[in-house]
Amino acid sequence: MSKKVSVVEKVHSANDQLAMENQRILQEAELFSINLMASPGAGKTSLIERTLAGLDPGLSVAAIDGDVATSIDADRAAEAGATAVQINTGGQCHIDAPMLRNALNELDLASFDLLLVENVGNLICPASFKLGTDKNILIASIPEGDDKPYKYPAMYQDVDGLIINKIDLLPYIDFDMDYFKAGVEMLNPGLITFPISCRTGEGVQSWIDWLTDQIKAR
Amino acid sequence: MHELAITEQIAEIAIRHGEKNQAQKVTDLYLVIGELSTVIDNSVQFYWDLITEGTICEGAELHFDRIPAVFRCLECEKEYHLSDGELTPCPHCGSTRMEVLQGKEFHLDSINIT
Repeated sequence: MSKKVSVVEKVHSANDQLAMENQRILQEAELFSINLMASPGAGKTSLIERTLAGLDPGLSVAAIDGDVATSIDADRAAEAGATAVQINTGGQCHIDAPMLRNALNELDLASFDLLLVENVGNLICPASFKLGTDKNILIASIPEGDDKPYKYPAMYQDVDGLIINKIDLLPYIDFDMDYFKAGVEMLNPGLITFPISCRTGEGVQSWIDWLTDQIKAR
Repeated sequence: MHELAITEQIAEIAIRHGEKNQAQKVTDLYLVIGELSTVIDNSVQFYWDLITEGTICEGAELHFDRIPAVFRCLECEKEYHLSDGELTPCPHCGSTRMEVLQGKEFHLDSINIT
């Protein structure tokens, strides 16, 4: 005898619940936290290096680096002055809330002012897995092309801030900034945007200023 | 490639609701997936057969109800869809101001049990 049972449960509900717990843990520790997402090579680790170099040295920073394998990114973050924890996702294309939770357990959270979570390089999957950080920040980069908001709407729609990296390459690449920004504006009206170059340092200061204000407000 | 993690979550929900209702077997799952939620049916089906082996969900059939993405233009208020999978400005008036009406859904709606 077959029977229909109504479920109506979001498939991401287990992850979302743990993300809410992460959020509570992070808020209790009174640090400001960011989930950095981008495609591979957009400049996530370079941005972390620039950020650590530019922030008030009195601020204490932790970095959690997600990668499929290797600890290259965590090593670079540690070299730049952060207390770094590496998550190897073992082939998984994103960090999920349980993985972040395990990494949080390795840190004395109350001793930090800022936590930077470097997600796995990917424009699709990280958008679906909330982590519980204060802000989700996306790094786009000029060589990726100006059509990315149109191709990855879910990623652009749910972020709280956008960094456009490698603007020093604009003279060499056919990248229509107006077309790119029109796509962003469609998906996420009024999104705060920082055009920067991690290579030359151009524009980095306005990102640092914004971040410093966020940390102080916490 | 996140379909493995997703499939595990689907199995967890189905097994939990099946056991709560004293099911011998879960025979069917009815999933609702919005076009914007980046989930590939075939991959879920592939993982499903592997990870449900030996559970009350083994052999259950997956049904996918795909919900197309629908946008509403905030200027002319007409509705429109993705064009070949890509977002476009409003095809009626060219405006880039829009809201998402549907397409982000991703849930397990119901199961059949015996």
